[in-house]
Amino acid sequence: MFKNQLTIFLIAITSVMIYSCDVKKAGTQNENTDEQVVNVYTHRHYEVDKQLFADFTTETGIKVNVVNASADELIQKMEMEGEKSPADVLITVDAGRLHRAKEKGLIKSIKSGLLENNIPGKFRDPEGYWFGLTYRARVIVYAPDRVDPTALTTYESLADEKWNGKLLIRSSGNIYNQSLLASLIAANGRDEAKKWAEAVVNNLAREPKGSDRDQVKAIASGIGDVAVVNSYYIGKLLDSKVEEEVNAGEAVQVFFPNQDGRGTHINVSGAAVANHAPNEANAIKFIEYLSDEKAQSVFAGANFEYPVKPGIKFASLLESWGTFKSDSVNLSVLGENNRDAVMIFDEVGWK
Amino acid sequence: MALNKYRASRKVTFNSWTVYLIVIVLVIAIPLLSIFFGLFKGPGQAWGHIQKNLLPDYVANSLVLVLGTGLLTTLLGVSTAWFVSTCDFTGRKFFEWALILPLAIPSYIIAYTYAGIFDYAGPVQIIFRQWFPDEVFAFDIMNIYGVIILLSFVLYPYVFATVRASFINQSRSMIESGRILGSTPWQVFYKLALPLARPAIFAGVSLVVMEVLNDYGAVKYFGVPTFTTGIFRAWFSLEDIQSAIFLSALLMGFVLFLLGLEQIQRGQRKYEQISNSFRALARFQLKGIKRIATFIICLIPLLFGFIIPVLQLGFWANKTFEEVLGQEFWQMIVNSFSVAAVAAFLCVLVALILVYAVKLTRSYFSDAAARVANMGYAIPGAVIAVGVMIPILALDRYLTNFLERVTGNSTGLIISGTLFILIFAYLVRFLVVAFNPAEEGFKKIGWQLTEAGRTLGFSPFGCLVKINVPLMKGALVSGALLVFVDILKELPLTLILRPFNFHTLATRAFELASDEMVAESANAALIIVLTGIIPIIILSKLISGNSFYESIAD
Repeated sequence: MFKNQLTIFLIAITSVMIYSCDVKKAGTQNENTDEQVVNVYTHRHYEVDKQLFADFTTETGIKVNVVNASADELIQKMEMEGEKSPADVLITVDAGRLHRAKEKGLIKSIKSGLLENNIPGKFRDPEGYWFGLTYRARVIVYAPDRVDPTALTTYESLADEKWNGKLLIRSSGNIYNQSLLASLIAANGRDEAKKWAEAVVNNLAREPKGSDRDQVKAIASGIGDVAVVNSYYIGKLLDSKVEEEVNAGEAVQVFFPNQDGRGTHINVSGAAVANHAPNEANAIKFIEYLSDEKAQSVFAGANFEYPVKPGIKFASLLESWGTFKSDSVNLSVLGENNRDAVMIFDEVGWK
Repeated sequence: MALNKYRASRKVTFNSWTVYLIVIVLVIAIPLLSIFFGLFKGPGQAWGHIQKNLLPDYVANSLVLVLGTGLLTTLLGVSTAWFVSTCDFTGRKFFEWALILPLAIPSYIIAYTYAGIFDYAGPVQIIFRQWFPDEVFAFDIMNIYGVIILLSFVLYPYVFATVRASFINQSRSMIESGRILGSTPWQVFYKLALPLARPAIFAGVSLVVMEVLNDYGAVKYFGVPTFTTGIFRAWFSLEDIQSAIFLSALLMGFVLFLLGLEQIQRGQRKYEQISNSFRALARFQLKGIKRIATFIICLIPLLFGFIIPVLQLGFWANKTFEEVLGQEFWQMIVNSFSVAAVAAFLCVLVALILVYAVKLTRSYFSDAAARVANMGYAIPGAVIAVGVMIPILALDRYLTNFLERVTGNSTGLIISGTLFILIFAYLVRFLVVAFNPAEEGFKKIGWQLTEAGRTLGFSPFGCLVKINVPLMKGALVSGALLVFVDILKELPLTLILRPFNFHTLATRAFELASDEMVAESANAALIIVLTGIIPIIILSKLISGNSFYESIAD
């Protein structure tokens, strides 16, 4: 009986090996054929992206090859691959990481009238290294039954003692928090930013943990009263298939802070052309496609992100929140201050 | 019981097997050495910062995690293994294989699932709200104790499996002698079976400890900073790869220390045993309250480690499968299975050659070399990915430059974009998982048969193929299945090193979960779990079933 098992096992292995050789062939791009490709390293893995990539292929005949991983890992990978890197396009969910790729010489400046036309200046690199495709606001959410919205003003005010034991925010390893603190460093200086972080840690209702969604759920459970989260997560909760998640989303209200000052902190999800892109022309075409009306409408409709192109209709939920003033600081600053932000988090014990 | 009397003469002997050994160890160790080459430069500029603000937490949390999971998995694994191996109670046959099932659940999935069970939208709080509408739900699972408990419930099968094999293999007659001489069942367990099972317990717990130290997803989600989260923080957030490497080295040192501790403590005592008796053991017949208690003790780990999380995943999947399941899902299943199967086969092959070479050469040198080749399991996957990329990319550049000179055409990288690099990385990472069962297999056979074979004129290779491999098929298949399940669950290596457009169940589940779409990710997670069950059941049958022992007894 055992012999049979082993035989079956061996046969399975052999056939699988033959199969995986096929995968290898399919995975490598072949320069000798005329097939047009664009190789994309992306941190985004939303359903809507897949659909957009497929649409791009249908429209242009250019095949989109994708590797998904975190921006940090993709940057590491491009760095190691050097000039032989197959990557054409790098997509991240944070301007700070794009800035880092620029500093490391992994992406190149491109000139495109279409991109400059579609994307307002504040959403792209001034030197043309990277281009924002969507943006998201890091908003304050609160429990309307326990918090008077007039008590909310700015990010800075979250340091106030009145929030002691009531504030929720995720851990400092998260890039969205790092960029938020980077923007506070830019606005108020390192020392003030550190004092702020210290006070926020003292106000926390619980140790930083979980995702943005979990902070909202913790408000719904009554663990805390206010939280700092990215705007689209509220949309995703309200859109959830699980009924109780929708209830959690409905248990909070959204507040855009710093409206009387510099504006609410925003960040972009953006794309850049790789410095050693083997298919540069296709890469530019690809980014242009994503910045154009059609793709921007899809972005806006599907993922509760704000499209960068002016004049595109927002998702109705975002419209219901109204327009808001966004922090106009150049987003490259988020990258420049990232390391400082992380060190502050560590110094004040923000886990 | 015949103790293996063969005391090796400890001197280096060079032959072709030494060469195999050196080549294998070198190839496997290159990625590890690539990482540690940087070690001599010392920690980087952020080290002062890390040491001052972070290191105390990393050390404390990692220690608490290791001790906590080590104790809890021992408790869960040894008790259940003893009951199903030596007692007779309702459901024993079921528990024999079912208790291994939690192994199919990746640690990041158990973390997300239990967080979901206990959060606002989860069943616990829904019930709580109905009963106490005015109270705030205060129980929080997302802390270090939660991590210890959850990781223990999915990792205890490592202890269960190794210890169970040991209990079964312990000479029946010895246990029976103990009983005839008047020992109570407890004394038999405590004075005879447990000391004999000690190497097995340690082998299982050391796998648990390495998995725990390696875990990134669960501790990150639960906000518990450990060495592994620290490595990523130093590397990516502080942009100080030197310090990241230094932390990895500290982590490896820690693991080596733990392994060494047991070796020293065990000293010169030998635990190798060959059981010649394969009669079925007369089991302790449990009655009344003991019978029920035993049933409950065995049910608890299964309930929390498998049944509850699978029900929750099933609930989520039921809500979301329509959007997620599609043609590409089948492709993902095929991808996951094929790459895991190929890598598992390779791991076993290399492990077999390595163990045999160590046995043949019998020197401290080869022993140490094999240990080095097995270090990959203790290093975080993302660090291994870098270690693998350094030499492979260097080779790749050399190749492309060579081709460019010969053909005049510039080509892209040849090796790094293929599954080859991924499978090689799996080999570096998971070799030890196949190595340990292979080593155990050799121990059980003993060395006399090989000696006899050599005397009768077989070459060392002939002995391996004709004598050892047929006798240890069970151990080899066990190793392959363990590696297979591990690779199904593996994340960081797959994420970073996979070719374009290559998705597996694990990467899919992770992507959705990291987008905070836990309910959607349940589909892929559920399939990882359910497909992981198949090899696990086979594994369990191999441990408990007769084929494994027949293969030795024949």
